[in-house]
Amino acid sequence: MRSETVQVAVQIAGLVKRYGSKTAVDGLDLLVRPGVVTAVLGPNGAGKTTTIETCEGYRRPDSGTVRVLGLDPVADAAELRPRIGVMLQSGGVYSGARADEMLRHVAKLHAHPLDVDTLIERLGLGSCGRTTYRRLSGGQQQRLALAMAVVGRPELVFLDEPTAGLDPQARRSTWELVRELRADGVSVVLTTHFMDEAEQLADDVAIIDNGRVIAQGSPEELCRGGAENTLRFTGRPGLDIASLLKALPVDTLAAELTPGTYRITGKVDPQLLATVTSWCAQHGVMPDGISVERHSLEDVFLELTGKDLRS
Amino acid sequence: MSIGTYTPRPGAAPLPRMIAAQTVLETKMLLRNGEQLLLTVVIPALLLVLFSSVDIIDTGAGPAVDFLAPGVLALAVMSTAFTGQAIATGFERRYGVLKLLGTSPLPRWALMTAKTLSVLVTEVLQVVLLTAIAFGLGWSPQGSPFAVLLLLVLGTAAFSGLGLLMAGTLRAEATLAAANLVFLLLLVGGGVIVPLDEFPDAVRSLLGLLPIAALSDGLRDVLQQGAAMPWGDLGVLAAWAALGLGAAARFFRWE
Repeated sequence: MRSETVQVAVQIAGLVKRYGSKTAVDGLDLLVRPGVVTAVLGPNGAGKTTTIETCEGYRRPDSGTVRVLGLDPVADAAELRPRIGVMLQSGGVYSGARADEMLRHVAKLHAHPLDVDTLIERLGLGSCGRTTYRRLSGGQQQRLALAMAVVGRPELVFLDEPTAGLDPQARRSTWELVRELRADGVSVVLTTHFMDEAEQLADDVAIIDNGRVIAQGSPEELCRGGAENTLRFTGRPGLDIASLLKALPVDTLAAELTPGTYRITGKVDPQLLATVTSWCAQHGVMPDGISVERHSLEDVFLELTGKDLRS
Repeated sequence: MSIGTYTPRPGAAPLPRMIAAQTVLETKMLLRNGEQLLLTVVIPALLLVLFSSVDIIDTGAGPAVDFLAPGVLALAVMSTAFTGQAIATGFERRYGVLKLLGTSPLPRWALMTAKTLSVLVTEVLQVVLLTAIAFGLGWSPQGSPFAVLLLLVLGTAAFSGLGLLMAGTLRAEATLAAANLVFLLLLVGGGVIVPLDEFPDAVRSLLGLLPIAALSDGLRDVLQQGAAMPWGDLGVLAAWAALGLGAAARFFRWE
């Protein structure tokens, strides 16, 4: 039954999902490669969770097609569900169940689960003891949800904000687990609000806004494209900016921020760097502390989705 | 963990194993919940002991326990299949348990099967306990055990349908409040401990159509009067079961 050579882990074309008069997903296209970590970014209400839940077979598309591991999540649910692991944004556990009890239960629903004790130790859930779910800390609840998503040895896991509310140590530990999953050939799709998380973990990033994918690529590709970069240096105060600008490409900006510190904004490439240093050499200036600032994923994200607060 | 620990090896467990595991977990959750135990065990047992030993209500001719035991058995079925199941399922829905299980290898029908089995297991424990108490109070049941079993099964189906309908459509808090209120109202007005004869005629015939009244009346016909098969009550229960389960199947929302 299993196709050993899945070319695409998730394939979404023209997905539309409405709730009443509100359109949550509006013609979304997305390809997720197998065996890599894909981060889905977007402001609140952008359609991330709806998209993921459609992939999990939980929601039926109003139009468009969704294929997960080559299967229709609704029509082929029985075949698909054992092959995926799901971590919800919150909840998913009987409030009166203990962590190990719930994890053992999910393991029993699978044919070849991971060793539960090892997983409990790996995620630091041993300290939960006999505490029931409702009395676990937020971090413990998150780690239990993660454990439940991977215990069935799925080919593909969906993690909805896996590190929300975690302390830095627990976050690192979750990142480590995601990397181990990828190293062992598991495809990972995660949503997150943390840009550093996407930069650290993701091979592919898809930015969703207003129910569509507005940018997709590796973090490097996204940071390179579109956004302008910055070059800074310090030197003698009062350099002739106009003369420097003449040597630079037309759409470049230059300014003396404080006496002796200069900023050049534009397409910062090796050619531009060479132009600046040779101009300095011609004018007898020693540029100190030259630094090139690449735009972070966060800059790109804000540039694409706007800086306004969303409700 | 070493390389290869997470190498995919997906697969669903065999269905009987999944259903068994789910049934065990559901039953454990039910028995661990103090409020649920109060409803399913403590209240019926207390009512049985109290009203059998203290002469508060006119239960007609014969020992009070012969009148009360069938009513309390009906109450036990209602407390587990309706009240307990509605509240538990309502909160499972609210806390995403149903949602998460909906992405697990366990099919939805298997989850509902496990819930039903868990209700039946609980009812067996209740019946054993309450029967033992009733015998201790000098109960002498009549009639055919098969008729009793049929009544209990149909009653369970009727109450499960109504409980799941409530859990699957209302908010969890509303379900909690409504299920407890209905429990209380039906306890008083459903012929459990207060004979329906105490009510005016017009009210009585209406109350007689309630599932709890049909169940307690049917059980009383068999266990107290030794009737063969209370077809009228079975018919009422079957109608409620069809209505409740049908509506639940149609309107139940998983989140």
